[in-house]
Amino acid sequence: MSPIKKATTHVVQNEGLIFEKSSPGKKGYKLPELDVPDVDTAKLLGDAERADLGNMPEVSEIEIIRHFTRISTWNYGVDTGLYPLGSCTMKYNPRINEVVSRLEGIANAHPYQPERVSQGVMLIMQVLRKCLIEICGMDAITLQPAAGAHGELTGILMARAYQQSKGNPRKKILIPDSAHGTNPATAAIAGYQVENLKSNAAGMVDIASLQAQMNEDIAALMLTNPNTLGVFEQEIHKIAEIVHAKGGIVYMDGANMNALVGKVRPGDFGVDVMHLNLHKTFSTPHGGGGPGSGPVAVKKILEPFLPVPVIVQKPGGTLGFDYDRPQSIGRVRAFYGNFGMFVRALAYIMANGCDGLKQTTEDAVLNANYIRKKLEGVYDLPYKTPTMHEVVFSDRLQTAKGIKTGDIAKRLIDYGFHPYTVSFPLIVHGALMIEPTESESVEEMDLFIEAMKSIAEECETNPEIVLTAPHTTKVSRLDEVAAARKPVLRWKPQA
Amino acid sequence: MRYLPKSPEDRERMLREIGIRSVDELFAPIPAEYRLNRDLDIAPSMAESDILDWFTQRANENANGYTSFLGAGAYLHYRPVVVDALISRSEWFTAYTPYQPEVAQGTLQAIFEFQTMICELTGMEVANASMYDGSTGATEAALMAVRVTGRNGVVVARSVHPEYREVLATYAKNQSLPVKEVGFGENGRVDVSALEKAITDDTACVLVQSPNFFGTVEDVAKLAEIAHSKGALLAVAIAEAVSLGIVKPPTEADIVAMEAQSFGIAPGFGGPYAGVIATKEKFVRQMPGRLVGQTVDKQGRRGFVLTLATREQHIRRERATSNICTNQALVATMATIFMTVYGREGLKDLAKQNLAKAAYAAQQFGENATVLFEGAPRFNEFVVRTEEDPAELRERLLEQKIVGGLSLKKFYPELGNASLWCCTELTRRVAIDDAAKAVGKPPGSKRKQSDKTPAEVAR
Repeated sequence: MSPIKKATTHVVQNEGLIFEKSSPGKKGYKLPELDVPDVDTAKLLGDAERADLGNMPEVSEIEIIRHFTRISTWNYGVDTGLYPLGSCTMKYNPRINEVVSRLEGIANAHPYQPERVSQGVMLIMQVLRKCLIEICGMDAITLQPAAGAHGELTGILMARAYQQSKGNPRKKILIPDSAHGTNPATAAIAGYQVENLKSNAAGMVDIASLQAQMNEDIAALMLTNPNTLGVFEQEIHKIAEIVHAKGGIVYMDGANMNALVGKVRPGDFGVDVMHLNLHKTFSTPHGGGGPGSGPVAVKKILEPFLPVPVIVQKPGGTLGFDYDRPQSIGRVRAFYGNFGMFVRALAYIMANGCDGLKQTTEDAVLNANYIRKKLEGVYDLPYKTPTMHEVVFSDRLQTAKGIKTGDIAKRLIDYGFHPYTVSFPLIVHGALMIEPTESESVEEMDLFIEAMKSIAEECETNPEIVLTAPHTTKVSRLDEVAAARKPVLRWKPQA
Repeated sequence: MRYLPKSPEDRERMLREIGIRSVDELFAPIPAEYRLNRDLDIAPSMAESDILDWFTQRANENANGYTSFLGAGAYLHYRPVVVDALISRSEWFTAYTPYQPEVAQGTLQAIFEFQTMICELTGMEVANASMYDGSTGATEAALMAVRVTGRNGVVVARSVHPEYREVLATYAKNQSLPVKEVGFGENGRVDVSALEKAITDDTACVLVQSPNFFGTVEDVAKLAEIAHSKGALLAVAIAEAVSLGIVKPPTEADIVAMEAQSFGIAPGFGGPYAGVIATKEKFVRQMPGRLVGQTVDKQGRRGFVLTLATREQHIRRERATSNICTNQALVATMATIFMTVYGREGLKDLAKQNLAKAAYAAQQFGENATVLFEGAPRFNEFVVRTEEDPAELRERLLEQKIVGGLSLKKFYPELGNASLWCCTELTRRVAIDDAAKAVGKPPGSKRKQSDKTPAEVAR
């Protein structure tokens, strides 16, 4: 009998590129009759008139529906099943979020419509701000950044402005070696050098190294807590003390906030500035890579530097935008941020309430620990430090047969699951980073655990099946080297 | 809690399996003094019907059902229902970034089609998988030009969207990248002689917008010639993507930074939108953001993967071309569906309707007020100067359920009582006629000819 329980094979539709279905004269649109006089485009535009639209497709509505439906079935989504990508928090995306964000007066609100006919959308922003400030234990917040990395940049620019206001922007940002790649990339864009901070044997910040490396050249420490091993930095109070003693700012990457909401607040343990990922912790959909939203919450000392505009309550109680903020870092994006994500995140917070948010965090941590318990020994657990919302194994036990984390991940696809995060964090050689989130039932996790055990067995008995996986997808392993060596980045008609 | 698939008994069983008595033990690593020993100050769980009610009330507090003449970087076009019908399939919106291509071919193929369509429309050779929006796209285009040329300076036209320029200023300031602005002439186009003077041997890039913030189409060929003659690149921002249906694409540019919001994305109080950067093949390795490429699998079948990732932060860390990770993939997919619906003929017809509506409106407004920047082609926006302060005009129009044009007093005080108006295929003639009438008749005041010519004002 097949060890694969969750999945079975199913007919998959082939589908070409949309350009390959195109032929002249087919249409998928009908415009209304023009109710003003028609114009002579050549006369209006002269040289600036476009001759034609090249190879843009010409197809009918039913073909459009079939095309995008067929290719969509080649994707795996959270609605398909457990999506254990560590660090990504692939939780359920509630449907009410999608409904309220599409309400006419919300979806069609123009960013420049007068404030007095924008009070509803501004109130959504204001209520969300208050909720997020409370959850983080901070004093103020901006919703403007469009994603996590954009939030990081906003936060580090505020730290820079703060340091500048003290007379010197300083030169470097300290970043643990377990950090996401966006942290060092952000520091560089903010005009800083990156100094690496080693982790200790428990996978946490090494206090002695921090003590030795922290000095007046360091503008800020960028810390992920829980870190990318899913480990809470237990000596966070010492870390904050050391950084603050030398006038540094403690920046927290809030990517892993799903482990903390309602249980502990970063503002209470010494964090000065942090970003949230609404598309992780607050259930806004990942959308195949975006949109995200990366609000940045700060302590009082950084409030003057928030991007403009800041939403304020005016005398009389109405809401307005305040642009008169001389110490602001400026704008990081046009308008006010990914507003549609604010609507969804607030709907999620309302649906959960204080009670649900706390239970959510507890379930997320419980799920990760359940998987850890069941798979420890089957896979190597390099750090035995207690796990919060995600657990990191390594492929050490499987490499003897020449099998790597990436192979196990591909085989997991045949078992009906999306792979976990592969080869990250970098401090674990051959990492398998697993984050189940709170959205998984015991039944779904048991299927996953069984699949992982079965693959470990296959590594011993039939390594070839793992090394050549997946076997059940529309395409098998793709040649990524060839893709990068001779990039084909667009379709072209055959000559 | 309805989103949590566990019974109390499930939780008990899991605790037993883990070998602990209470879930609190899992939070023991958090020092006791920092744990929150109270409920968050947030209301308890709400029913779905109550949530819907609350947001419906908020929706009704906005300009719901008004006719709007606002554009300025966010456009009200008709959104064909198939766009939303398709992206509401959860295979699109509940998927992650396609790092595992075998289970993400749908997203990858859609983005490959997006990249292709953007290339076709802009006349560029490669396009990325999206940036956050037009403002960050334009900014990243300038930073890219710095990497390509090894020079350190940007010249930006004052007719680029003011908020795009603000974002550029924020990024540039912290990279010690000098930014110079050049003004516009009486026809609303970039002041060419000022531009020639502004470019130096250290100018990496000239950044313009076309159609520019005033709706005026720039002479891109001329601007490219000037930039190139001094060894700088030309980056062209496009905020109104529908213009590409009828306006010649900026093929002479080196980088195009586009906002795709017009392609089926709701104005949504400013986001989410989708930026995109397109360029020449020779610059691809300096591009920011994700790229999808075509390849083959073990059996030789066509498939798609994320490629050239050595430019990106998860590989290159502090030496990456940008810190961008999450982009706007779902919005790019919406734009792809929109572009497919209209296609080769429809985008042209759509753009032509926009052109006709704005031309008619400018003519009607011209009867009662001064339309600035004549003498150069424009697309679907135009600037009107009135006797009355635009803020007062706006209040008067709101009473008629019309949201008038954007006052330019904040961004361009030198233009006096000017406002920026936009017409799309959705703007009805009767609304245009009403607005044009209102513009000419401030109650209780007598009209008099302004003593300044538009040309003087433009300076």
